[in-house]
Amino acid sequence: MVDYLVPILLLVASVVALRKKEDVYTHLLTGASDGLKILLSLVPSMVMLMTAVSMLRSSGAVEEIGRILGPVFRFFGIPPETAILVLIRPLSGSAALAVGAELMGTYGPDSLIGRTAAIMLGSTETTFYTISVYFGAAGIHKTRYTIPAALIADLTGFFMASLTARYLFP
Amino acid sequence: MVMAWIWTGILAVSIVCAAVTGNGSALGAAVPKGAAAGAALVVSMAGSICLWNGVGNLMEKSGISEKLAKFLRPVLGRIFPSSRSDPKVSGPLSANVCANLLGLGNAATPMGIQAAKALRNPARPHIATDELCRLIVLNTASIQLIPGNVAAVRASLGAVSPFDILPAVWITSLASAGMGLLAAWLLGKAAGDG
Repeated sequence: MVDYLVPILLLVASVVALRKKEDVYTHLLTGASDGLKILLSLVPSMVMLMTAVSMLRSSGAVEEIGRILGPVFRFFGIPPETAILVLIRPLSGSAALAVGAELMGTYGPDSLIGRTAAIMLGSTETTFYTISVYFGAAGIHKTRYTIPAALIADLTGFFMASLTARYLFP
Repeated sequence: MVMAWIWTGILAVSIVCAAVTGNGSALGAAVPKGAAAGAALVVSMAGSICLWNGVGNLMEKSGISEKLAKFLRPVLGRIFPSSRSDPKVSGPLSANVCANLLGLGNAATPMGIQAAKALRNPARPHIATDELCRLIVLNTASIQLIPGNVAAVRASLGAVSPFDILPAVWITSLASAGMGLLAAWLLGKAAGDG
């Protein structure tokens, strides 16, 4: 079922648009060239961050941090190998992508760790960045309980990502 | 400035840790290897990012996101009561949620900011209202339907079925957004009125 999900989604979107007499192909191309701009802006930060993350891995710091934080992470049912990803995810989207990609590369994309990292990346956001952008733009000084509530959401996401990675895949 | 601290912090931790564990030669080799891996990662994601931006744009222009908005109206009305009566709230709010669902982050933010401004209390514009807090919490919990970037990384690393994480991502997103909103609601009750 899941195998057909994405191809069918592509077809449904195109058919619905065609019925509205929209030029499907032009819309696809316009969006794709926007994607190219996003991609280009991603290159410098991914080069820097992958360099940093690769240094962190080779120095042995990743294992060390995982070992120190292991008990806390195991308490929440989150694999300690994902510690750096969990710590950096709320702060920076591109750094999280670099850390996640490195985890998937080291352990394999279809491994438990690799899948957990992928689900974490796909279901959480750059919390602190989002909060500062929104409150900054709206001119809010008193954020009240927004940060604790958003962090509870993140923690739930990390926990559920670990749970689903473990039990939804044979 | 956050990134400057993250970058410098990672470098400092790496060097100290390599010195303590005696991994110096691996540390030096990791610099060019990491830079190459960063460039390779973006190149390997190029196809997927372009594809999903194209599909997202198609869904927006062809009115599919409007249909999605109609479908979501009852739910949004419950979370944001003022969206039921105030079109200044409901318009940008549903546009923000739909753009998030379709993974169009660049389109979601301006709409979300517009909704955030409309949700302020004119008497006390600098203090976040309950609905405004809930809007931010919803935006910090990713509710993207197709995580194209992650699938692209998985595909480039040779995953057998890059999208097999979809149900897990949906369950996780739903749980975290739900928990965030529940926490916001409870904390709002506990804190009282601003």
